[in-house]
Amino acid sequence: MSTAAATHDDHHDHHHAPTGLKRWLFSTNHKDIGTLYLWFSFAMFLAGGFMAMVIRAELLEPGMQFVDPEFFNQMTTVHGLIMVFGAVMPATVGLANWMIPLMIGAPDMALPRMNNWSFWILPFAFAILIGSVIMSAFGDGNPSAPNFGWTFYAPLSTKYGPDSTDLFILSVHMMGISSIMGAINVVVTVFNMRAPGMTLMKMPLFVWTWLITAFLLIAVIPVLAGAVTMMLTDRHFGTSFFDAAGGGDPVLFQHVFWFFGHPEVYIMILPSFGIVSAIIPAFARKPLFGYASMVYATASIALLSFVVWAHHMFTVGMPLAGTLFFMYMTMLISVPTGVKVFNWVATMWRGSMSFELPMKWAIAFVVLFTCGGLSGLMLAITPVDFQYHDTYFVVAHFHYVLVTGAIFSIFAAAYYWLPKWSGVMPNKTLGELHFWNSLISANLLFFPMHFVGLAGMPRRYADYALQFADYNFWISIGGFWFGLSQLLFLAVAVLCAMKKGEKAAAKPWDGAEGLEWEVPSPAPFHTYDTPPVVK
Amino acid sequence: MATEKYYVPESSPWPLTASIGLFMTAIGGAKFIQQSTMDTMEPNFFGKPLFFIGLTWLLLVIAAWWRDTIKESVGGLHSNQLGGSYRQGMLWFIFSEVMFFAAFFGAMFYTRWLIIPWLSGEGSNAMTHELLWPGFQAMWPLTVTPDGSTTTPMGAWGLPAINTAILLVSSITLTIAHHALLENQRGKLIIFQAITVVLGAIFLGLQGLEYVHAYDMGLTLDAGIYGSLFFLLTGFHGAHVTIGTIFLLITLIRVIKGHFSPDNCFAWEAGAWYWHFVDVVWLFLFVTVYWL
Repeated sequence: MSTAAATHDDHHDHHHAPTGLKRWLFSTNHKDIGTLYLWFSFAMFLAGGFMAMVIRAELLEPGMQFVDPEFFNQMTTVHGLIMVFGAVMPATVGLANWMIPLMIGAPDMALPRMNNWSFWILPFAFAILIGSVIMSAFGDGNPSAPNFGWTFYAPLSTKYGPDSTDLFILSVHMMGISSIMGAINVVVTVFNMRAPGMTLMKMPLFVWTWLITAFLLIAVIPVLAGAVTMMLTDRHFGTSFFDAAGGGDPVLFQHVFWFFGHPEVYIMILPSFGIVSAIIPAFARKPLFGYASMVYATASIALLSFVVWAHHMFTVGMPLAGTLFFMYMTMLISVPTGVKVFNWVATMWRGSMSFELPMKWAIAFVVLFTCGGLSGLMLAITPVDFQYHDTYFVVAHFHYVLVTGAIFSIFAAAYYWLPKWSGVMPNKTLGELHFWNSLISANLLFFPMHFVGLAGMPRRYADYALQFADYNFWISIGGFWFGLSQLLFLAVAVLCAMKKGEKAAAKPWDGAEGLEWEVPSPAPFHTYDTPPVVK
Repeated sequence: MATEKYYVPESSPWPLTASIGLFMTAIGGAKFIQQSTMDTMEPNFFGKPLFFIGLTWLLLVIAAWWRDTIKESVGGLHSNQLGGSYRQGMLWFIFSEVMFFAAFFGAMFYTRWLIIPWLSGEGSNAMTHELLWPGFQAMWPLTVTPDGSTTTPMGAWGLPAINTAILLVSSITLTIAHHALLENQRGKLIIFQAITVVLGAIFLGLQGLEYVHAYDMGLTLDAGIYGSLFFLLTGFHGAHVTIGTIFLLITLIRVIKGHFSPDNCFAWEAGAWYWHFVDVVWLFLFVTVYWL
């Protein structure tokens, strides 16, 4: 405890890794907290994935088989919430915790105790959310869990929301507190803790992309807090924010939500850009093409993300000028994104490429994320969006950017840095099986969704018309296949945690660059107590 | 940039215990709100006690946490670099608070500029108006809602104007105190900081009085969108003034205990920044909610 620490003058020379439960519960160490974040997010990934498989089981055949429509709605809702707030975001925060101090030569995150608080709020927040699902499945009288979709539009979540909505609102507040504190920690660490000589434009892109992500988080998570607060007062204290009878408007909810929600999309994908920008140069054995343009492109994407939110609302009704503005701004985002994809490809051009596991995931990311980006461009075109809105085409789009985009890049990061974290190389056989099974099954799962969507199958329904049956059968097969494939990664991660495997060198990838490869593998409990000098 | 050795605190039980407090507050709070506002909920449920236990727990943990930090500061463990981290952290926290208020201000402008004109038939909304709310007239403050309930707006030049003056003066007294702190004039510092705290308390008292007055004249939380925006904007502002006043009170006690010096005064300055932030929010409130 720090009360004891106050008696030491120079205590960090002689405190060692604490042991046992206390090490994990009371940690102030960025590596341990990063590990906690990563395991937590993987557990949430499996929980959210299980819910996805309930959805796919119900949709395997037309007609109602396993769950009633009410429970189906709860599954789509909580699946989305868990994957966004419980799997993708904490995974990237875990990577930031582990890697940012190592990459900039800092001894730890700037505010280590607050860092641990950011983490420990999450299990409790998700206990509330998942608790309401468990109550709904097994509890007395099956009280409904949140059932209004992950976007919790009013009035579904206000006037018609189940009682568990209030618990959901407060759990979102808790997740928000966690995210804001985590983001402040990242910004302060990057601005205040860089080693001498580590100028901003020498920082690895992962640090840059996370810095910009953290700005987005600090700017928009409070807006989400405002939105759920208005929901709470509308539900219980008679306010009329989302009720036209009192002079409010349900559409106001959508504006406030998507003002948070669109930057949120970039919060989930920008760290992935940083990961891929670290991995591709390492295995192409060439420096990243266009470093500065990558930084500026990331910043442009972040700025534009504040002025595109209403492209989620084209069909809700908006003045023509608004529609056109949001359409053009959205299409403009493809310019900096295109710069990035171009730079990744140009980095590989004439490189001496090798295809280790991280590189396989990174290349899959570039191809499949671009695929998701292109369907996004289609959705950005207002008249076309009128046709696609709320169909499986949208589901296909955001699963291409989030699963084969964000999640694939997180796997790339895990395979790339696991040697540094654990000191052993990830098991190659299991890793290859994991990659190829995931790659094929994810495409079997998500690609046909484009077709059923274009043919008019609406999202968020427990049943569908007969003509969609064949595609849905294969989508479900892809879903189970993809879900089960992730157990292979569980095996890889457990083997690494048990230190079973080939011992890793300090720098296991010969083309890798950066300060993180200058410390031994596994990285010692304390690194860079005295900052390195970067030339 | 890191040029000196950096202080990394040893492991601490407070983050985990604070999370447990937050957990109890959230579950208890949700149930407490449901029991107090819904007829369908069974009474004698655990909500209210759990909420207060959780809240007390959380406040105690935070107090213990800050006691640790203060001990480290007084014990000389805080380097200039950690001071920099704290300062930047506080500034970004204040920015996040600004964005929280921005959500409510945004809701207000959306209501005034778009929702209310549209409900009264402007633009392409003639049929909406005709079919849904045929008698509705656009106005701000919205004293007659589409469903016909009425309310009275809060004028700007009574209590609110006095409160504006109080907050502006309090910002000046706090700045005088800040200069006194930097020049090591303890007597002046204590007097002007105490005045600031008293002004904050007076502001809160008058705000309470204004709320009583508002309810008497029919301006309530459920009086349509004007009441909703009025009470949530001024209410969250008032909550922040309360926090700011407590913050200043605690740094005042620490001044009296001799914790601060011109080059070790982060907590004091954080409190001052927070105070100026609530002041600026009030100015926006006064102009957009009360006056225009």
